[in-house]
Amino acid sequence: MKTRYLSLPYLIWALVFIIIPIGLVVYYSLTVEVDGKLIFSWANYKQALTPSYLLALWRSIWLAFVCTVICFALGYPIAYIMASREYASKGFLLFLFLVPMWMNFLLRTYSWLSILERNGFINSLLRLLSLPEARILYTDKAVVLGMVYNFLPFMILPIHTVMKKMDSSIIEAAQDLGANGRTVFLRVVFPLSIPGVVSGVTMVFMPSVTTFIISKLLGGAQFMLIGNMIERQFTESRNWNLGSAVSVMLMVLILTSIAIFTVVDKDGEGGALF
Amino acid sequence: MNEREHLIDLVDIEKTFGTSTVLSNINLFIRRNEFLTLLGPSGCGKTTTLRIIGGFERPTRGDVIFDGKSILNLPPYKRQVNTVFQKYALFPNMNVAENIAFGLKIKKADSRYIKRRIEEMLKLVNLSGYDKRQVTSLSGGQQQRVAIARALVNEPSVLLLDEPLGALDLKLRKEMQMELKNMQKKLGITFIYVTHDQEEALTMSDTICVMNAGVIQQMGRPEDIYNEPQNVFVAKFIGENNILDGVMRDDFWVEFAGKNFVCVDKGFARDEAVDIVIRPEDIAIVAPGGDNLAGVVRNVTFKGVHYEMLIESAGFVWKAHSTVMSQSGQEVGMRIAPDLIHVMRKSEYSFIDALPETLVERAGLSNAERGVYTMPVGVAASSATH
Ligand SMILES: Nc1ncnc2c1ncn2[C@@H]1O[C@H](COP(=O)(O)OP(=O)(O)O)[C@@H](O)[C@H]1O
Ligand SMILES: [Mg+2]
Repeated sequence: MKTRYLSLPYLIWALVFIIIPIGLVVYYSLTVEVDGKLIFSWANYKQALTPSYLLALWRSIWLAFVCTVICFALGYPIAYIMASREYASKGFLLFLFLVPMWMNFLLRTYSWLSILERNGFINSLLRLLSLPEARILYTDKAVVLGMVYNFLPFMILPIHTVMKKMDSSIIEAAQDLGANGRTVFLRVVFPLSIPGVVSGVTMVFMPSVTTFIISKLLGGAQFMLIGNMIERQFTESRNWNLGSAVSVMLMVLILTSIAIFTVVDKDGEGGALF
Repeated sequence: MNEREHLIDLVDIEKTFGTSTVLSNINLFIRRNEFLTLLGPSGCGKTTTLRIIGGFERPTRGDVIFDGKSILNLPPYKRQVNTVFQKYALFPNMNVAENIAFGLKIKKADSRYIKRRIEEMLKLVNLSGYDKRQVTSLSGGQQQRVAIARALVNEPSVLLLDEPLGALDLKLRKEMQMELKNMQKKLGITFIYVTHDQEEALTMSDTICVMNAGVIQQMGRPEDIYNEPQNVFVAKFIGENNILDGVMRDDFWVEFAGKNFVCVDKGFARDEAVDIVIRPEDIAIVAPGGDNLAGVVRNVTFKGVHYEMLIESAGFVWKAHSTVMSQSGQEVGMRIAPDLIHVMRKSEYSFIDALPETLVERAGLSNAERGVYTMPVGVAASSATH
């Protein structure tokens, strides 16, 4: 039973860093502190379901959705072109898209701050061209921009991988059977790339919906996404119980949406687009 | 109706990838309803030739004529040919019926018609009832037949098949050879078939085009290729043969193995050096003595229908087939009828044994096969007795 021993480190890892913390979060979310003692209560969840939290949650989902759509619209063609025969040998182009990933996340976001701010790069440029100044920083736009910039590689990579692995003879078979470029794409290439799209969408949506740093830096102190609400409970407000309840809520929401997504994808796998 | 005899003409085709020339001087025609086979060792350019006809590769030079018109600038999806790819290339996201329907749906055929055609095709390839199966769950042979059905459903003028039976076991391969040949006759479609298996080519084709290293070696009916190979390459590739150096003394008179023979060939220069090819089954084993070639049997192997014998004679080890068993060490005589002596002009392949190993391997000749002709007698004899 060698394999059992081999999986032991992983099991310990999972226990210490995943299962116990989640258990603690759930425990905190179901308790309130009374006279220094934790007692069972639904109060945290009741508060987590009040309008201010639901509004932040809705806003987070909406902005993450917009970010995912933009990442898909930008990332899919990039991945497709990069995987095509003409560019297959030009690996450095893909590399250029991925280089930002190697830079510190905070640094990247701070640099957008200086580009977008009142006297930043964009406004200087606009002024130079005697155009009216643009107020981008501390708006939804800036937050979405920051998210797209940070998470775009997570969309490109998985799609690029499935495109690269796609058997070129399958595409040739479709052409051989009379399909022009558009039909080949709609009926063969796109359906076969769906697994990549699914992981790309998941990998962009999840960090977008939970981000609090991007919204804090580019959205301003008053900009409240669900991530910021959670962060505030754990830092300023020091209400870990409420923070845990909101976290659990968000976690359940993400897990169910992933579950629905994968089930829908399973069904859709057999069919083409039309 | 004025139908051209040639359906496809390849004219002076040359293809280079980077600096390597993969095809040169390819001139061939394919008749209507013909079963033409491109035969040659792996890497000789068969697939590339097929891809040029299918439109997936553009020749560096030359032209592809289809029914009298150049189709060089026609993209694959506009050509009236369909391909059965080497690796089947079925659409993994579709089931069997959807794969077969692909071409018809693109042509916006009526859905009832599509349904009927799918059933017909499944019946034709012996897969009735498999329409809802996922292609990834099928065996190699079944996938192969789906690929054929998917191509045939479009009623192409020409079907291109790239080593379609390569992945199948011997029994299934034999069956499919018969089925394919029958389909081709029944449907009256022109087949261009690629294989490296000479037996397959001989049994299925109307015409065989033997290729090596990007050049056509010989084109003709299977019988012609088999009986009258034009050079040593074709002779070696098409079957096991005894190949010797000879000298053409005069018309109908050739010398080899230290003896003079009457033959049916003429038109050579006096004393021209030639290659002599004699097939193992054309050697008659007779009693020693008289005018016959004398030899000693060194090895006998039972091959089912016949015995294969290695017979040493004057420093050359002959391979001969006979239905009569001889003993190892027995002295025998060999007789060869004049019309079974194949005399060929010397070519670049005459010295194939002296070529680097890799080239010989590319020509599809194993060392064991070559050994028969080149092994020093002592070695041949000792290996023969063990
Ligand atoms: N796209 C390509 N780029 C470079 N070389 C190629 C390409 N396709 C084929 N070749 C080369 O051309 C030669 C002939 O290939 P191919 O037509 O596939 O041979 P066959 O089908 O007879 O085995 C081989 O040496 C192969 O390496
Ligand atoms: Mg090939």
